[in-house]
Order: sequence, then C-alpha cells, then structure tokens
Amino acid sequence: MPPVISAEGLYKVFGRRPERGVRELRSGRSREDLRAQGLTAAVIDASFSVDPGEIFVVMGLSGSGKSTLIRMVNGLLPATDGEIRIGEEVLSKMSPAQVRDVRRRRISMVFQNFALLPHRTVGENAAYGLEISGVNRSDREKKAKEALEMVGLKGWDGYRPSALSGGMKQRVGLARALASGTDVMLMDEAFSALDPLIRRDMQDQLVDLQQRLEKTILFITHDLNEAMRLGDRIAMMRDGRIEQIGSSEEILNEPANDYVAKFIQDVDRTRVLVAGAVMEQPRETLGIGQGPRTAHKLLRETQNSWLVVLERDRTPAGVIWQDDVAEAVRLGQDELPWSDVHDMAVVSHDTPVAELFGRSAQHDAPLVVVDDEGRFAGVIPRVTLLTALGVIGEGESSSPAVDPPPGPVDPGGPGDAAQDAPTADDRRGGDAR
Amino acid sequence: MNPDDALMPRLPIGDWIDAGIDWLKENVSWLFDLFSTVMDFLIGGLTDLLLLAPALVMVVVFALIAFVFRSWKLSLATLIGFAIVISMEQWETMMQTMALVLVATVFAVVIAVPLGILAAVSSTVSAIVKPVMDFMQTMPAFVYLIPAVTFFSIGVVPGIFSTIIFALPPGVRMTELGIRQVDGETVEAGEAFGATRGQILRGIQLPLAIPTIMAGVNQVIMLSLSMAVVAGMVGADGLGKEVVQAISTQNLPLGVEAGLAVVVLAVYLDRLTAAIGDPSGYPTSLIALIRKSLSRRGTDHAAAA
Repeated sequence: MPPVISAEGLYKVFGRRPERGVRELRSGRSREDLRAQGLTAAVIDASFSVDPGEIFVVMGLSGSGKSTLIRMVNGLLPATDGEIRIGEEVLSKMSPAQVRDVRRRRISMVFQNFALLPHRTVGENAAYGLEISGVNRSDREKKAKEALEMVGLKGWDGYRPSALSGGMKQRVGLARALASGTDVMLMDEAFSALDPLIRRDMQDQLVDLQQRLEKTILFITHDLNEAMRLGDRIAMMRDGRIEQIGSSEEILNEPANDYVAKFIQDVDRTRVLVAGAVMEQPRETLGIGQGPRTAHKLLRETQNSWLVVLERDRTPAGVIWQDDVAEAVRLGQDELPWSDVHDMAVVSHDTPVAELFGRSAQHDAPLVVVDDEGRFAGVIPRVTLLTALGVIGEGESSSPAVDPPPGPVDPGGPGDAAQDAPTADDRRGGDAR
Repeated sequence: MNPDDALMPRLPIGDWIDAGIDWLKENVSWLFDLFSTVMDFLIGGLTDLLLLAPALVMVVVFALIAFVFRSWKLSLATLIGFAIVISMEQWETMMQTMALVLVATVFAVVIAVPLGILAAVSSTVSAIVKPVMDFMQTMPAFVYLIPAVTFFSIGVVPGIFSTIIFALPPGVRMTELGIRQVDGETVEAGEAFGATRGQILRGIQLPLAIPTIMAGVNQVIMLSLSMAVVAGMVGADGLGKEVVQAISTQNLPLGVEAGLAVVVLAVYLDRLTAAIGDPSGYPTSLIALIRKSLSRRGTDHAAAA
C-alpha cells in the first residue's frame, strides 16, 4: 500500500528570507552558521513516510524540530522547502481552502496541553471537528458520544473540561480526534503532560484503539521509552535532522551513530526486547500421536530433561519430563505420560522480556513461545533468559558503543537449567494471550 | 524676544486643527446633525424610560438586577444607596447621567470591540491604533469639549461625543489583549481541525476573550461616568451639571450631594458589570443559584439512572 504521509527533503527555516537559509544548508553550512545570520533552521532535509495503520514515532529532545515537523504535516506551518504528501495530494500545492479540507477529512490532531475549549462541554469539545466540517447536530452528538465511550468517558459529555483530571482531559482530546473520523492522527507530545501511571494507561489504550480502528498515527515524543513502547517505527531527531529511522529493535541493536547509541543507553531493554527475540528452537519436538518410546529416544538424543509435545496444527499440547517417560517405558504404557500436562507456561512471541521472569520463576519447564496464531515458535529455558538478561545488562553498562551489543539470542546450550524433578506445581500455565 | 525663538519657529498646530475643525463643520455638518438627532433621541428616550416609573419602584428594579448578576449584598447596598440619592433629590439627575453613560458605553463598545478584533488580527492595524489610543486617553478630557461644542453647540450631544471618544481606548485595548492572550495551542486546535479564521474567531478566540473584554467594558463604563460629569460643563443634563453649578455658586451642600450620587452610581455600575463579566466568580448570584439547582437535579437523575 502506498504511504499515507510521505515527506521528501523537508526544510523549515524561521527568520527573514528563509529560502536563503535552505540554499546555505544545502551547500553544507551548519545550523550554527545560520543562527549567526539570524535564521533558525528547525527542520533540515527530513524525509520519511508513514504507512497505513502504522504508529510512527518521531523522537527527539526539545529543540530538535519534532514539533515543527508535525505541524508541517498538516500545514499549520508551511514547509520552506520540500514536499509533503497526504496520500496522493501534495500539501504545498493546495489553496488554503483545500488544506482546510484535508484537515477536516484526513488529519486530526491531539495536543500536549489538551487544547480543549473551556467554554464548551466535554461532548461539544469531542464534536468540535465535526461541527467545523458542518455535520448536523444530531449526527455529531452521536459520533462524539461513541468516541467518548471508546476512550472510557461514557456519561461525561455534559461536564465542562475544568471538572476533569489531566488524564481525562487528554481522553477528551483523543475523543475529539477520533470523532472527526480521519484516518490520520497527529499526536504532539500527547501524553507528556500526564503523570507516569496515567501515561502508561493512555499508551496502552492508544495501542488498543489503533489496533481496533487502524488509524495511521504520527506520534511525537521526547520520551524514548514511550517511543519504544508505541512505535512500529521510530525516527530519531536531533538538531533538525532525522538521524535514524527504524523499528525499536533496529535502533537498539544497530544505532546509526554515536548520538543514537548514547541516547538508547537509558532504555530498559527488557521492556523493548520481546520473547520472540530471545527464544531458541529445541532440537526436537514430539508429535502428539507418538508414544513414550519415541519420546524416550528423542530425550536421549537431545540430552534434555523435557520435551515439547505438539498438536497436529503445531499448537503446543504440553511438556513431558524425562523421569515420567522413563517410568512409562518401564511399565510398558502406550500413552504419553501427562503427569502435569498443563504445567506449561505459554507466552506470546511479543511479550516483553521483563514480563517473562515471573513466569519463568513459577515454572520449571521452559517457557513455550507461540506466534500470533498460537502455533509453536520456540522455547525459552531459564538459562537462556538469564543469558539474555546478562547481555542486556552488559549492553547497558558498557560505554556508548558504536558497535551494537551482541544480539541477545545466544542459544548457548540446551536448557539443562530446567530441573529434572517434575514439578508439583499444578497451576494451569496455558494462558496464551 | 526670547533667543530660542530664532531656533524654534512657532508651529501654529492649534490653528491648523482649528482650521480643520472649521472645514469639517462647513462640509460635513449633515453628519453632525445626524449624530445630534440620533443622540438626542436615544438619551432623551432612555431618560424618559428610566423616569417613567416612580423612583422607589425603579430602586427595587435596580436592586433586583444586582441580585440576579451578583449577590444579595450588592442588592441591599443598592437599596440603601439609591434611597439616599432619592432623599437627596438627585434621582432625576442621576437617571439622566445613567442614560448618558449607558448610551455612551453602548456606542463606545460597538466601536471598540470590532476595532480591538481588527487590531488583534492584524499587526498593521494594531500599530496604527495603539498611538491613536494613547493620544485619546492622555489628552486632557476637557479639550474634547471645545470642538464638540463647535460641532454640536451646547447640550447633551457634545457631552456624549466627548464621552465616547474618552471612554473608547480601554475597550479597544482590552479586546485586543483578550484575543491575543488566548492560548496559542487552543487556536492551533481550531486550525488543525480545519476551522476558518472566522470560525476560530467566533468559536474560540472571542468566547475565551470575553472575561478580558468585559473588564474593558467595565473600564469604558467607569471612564464614561467620569466624563459624563465633566460633560456637565457643556450643558449636558445630569449630576455633572449639578456639580458645575455647585462650583460656580460655591454651594457646598449641593456639591457634596451631587458628588455622593456620582459615587453611588459608580459603585453600582462597577460592581454590576464586573459580575456580568465573570459570572463564575459570584456563586451567590441568582443566575448561579438557579444553574446550580438545575445541575443538581441533573446529577440526581444521572445517579438514579
């Protein structure tokens, strides 16, 4: 699918005769050279594209030009040079009326300090975009109600924004953007004014809404953890330039330069790395139709104390243990010995590593990783998890390496850390998400 | 002869202005006549209206208005203050002054608010308006009376003419200020959702500027009142005329009584317009009480559901 937003060689220079500044930047002058002439280069040669249904995060510190960049996307600030396309339409070639039309139909925006209208009720605020577009009262009230319900503010439409807490106000801001029914949402430091717990809440809710509604979101933030949590892709900005664009893992593992590397030092990698990135493939798995003798043979070959058993559709059926298998063979049984059939911790491949530790501690068997369809993808024995943690720890303590830390996927050996003794733990582990 | 005279020739600025005024009087006298007729009619009509009902009835009406917009305290103070004015036999003159002030205020606001909006929207207009407003506000108020009498001769019309000019500046300034200080992000929100400039002005900037604009209107009223008293010098009926008469006849009792009536009127108008400008600041006004009981009923319903 073609990108929803694409930017090509964008420049924004503030000051008198900004075109001159663009020419000088192109010829290799620096931002500081321009400042001496009274010109401020806010955005320099930025190119990126945002695909439909993607959360694209622009991350940078204050003064990096990210707020200017987002305002160029909906034309609040005209670009000094370069081109912005919204779908097929080129923003700079439009008349003011056409730009307004694009804003009404395609792009809504959520603001850092909410920017609600204090003299209107919550419902009227949520309906603002529709009112501007000339939607009639009953339709817009209905849509505003739906949007408020989506963000968890059902029944608040009659209140004034002043009666709401910060988090609730931003929900209204979100509802206003959702109600206008645009496919693109721009979010300018939308959660930065909220306290950390509420911010986390809102981030989860945004991801949830995005998955349901498939909006294309351009999100601006100065918080790298937020960027990593939300972004399908992240653009790192500094001093008006985009330093790197990539997924959070690409940025963590292959920072494009010292600046990015230095920046990501502080990230809690266990929140960014997911199960799929640290799991390993067991040497053998057992089909459900096979008997204890085959299991016994496989166990001997792999020298593991456990074996993952798969259903025919490759969803995990359970884990069997060496001792049980040996016992079953001795007794001549034909059935697989499901002593603790359900004692199997199943995690989705996109579970952050940080959430795996608890699971791993509760179960002696390795964590079984499944893909989106619930099919077996790999295992994470305890030792692998600990190794991954060690690598992450090193990565954080080492100086801002230009070389990325070695990938944490390090299938050192079979997971013998998983104890031989079958566990007495009877808890159901099969709570795949 | 003063040696400075050789260096700095006398500029007859006053004469030029005088010539200009004469020219205006000869060429656009129809405009002045129109203004005269309209003002005479409006002020005369309003004065008649205010004096139509017996004074005591009107006092109750004014006290009620005070309760509706502000509080029972102002209501009580109004009853007492206005009753004292009646007993000082200044009621009729006070109503004349009130009519003059109200008409002047309406005209000043009608001119000032659009001008303030223009100045807020356009920096060029702002750059022109600002020095003109400085001039109007700092020029001694009496000076306006001279050309006003030339244009309109003696009476209430030159009074209101100079009152409007004198009272205009805070209205313009506060309107401009109010609009300019509306949070930039809120205006941006309007733009981001595709609002036109008109929609932003009507839906965001003006509503949010209302408290500041009303503070300006309050200033306009106060300046009108002070000028309306000065207007007594050119023969405008009202408290000002009483004060001028008291000065010329060294009549202290009359001067004090007329002066007290001005104070009562000033306090009443000031407190009332302040409350109208900021309704949320006065929780014991009748409006606020009614609204509160309505919303309480609303939440009761919600709780029941």
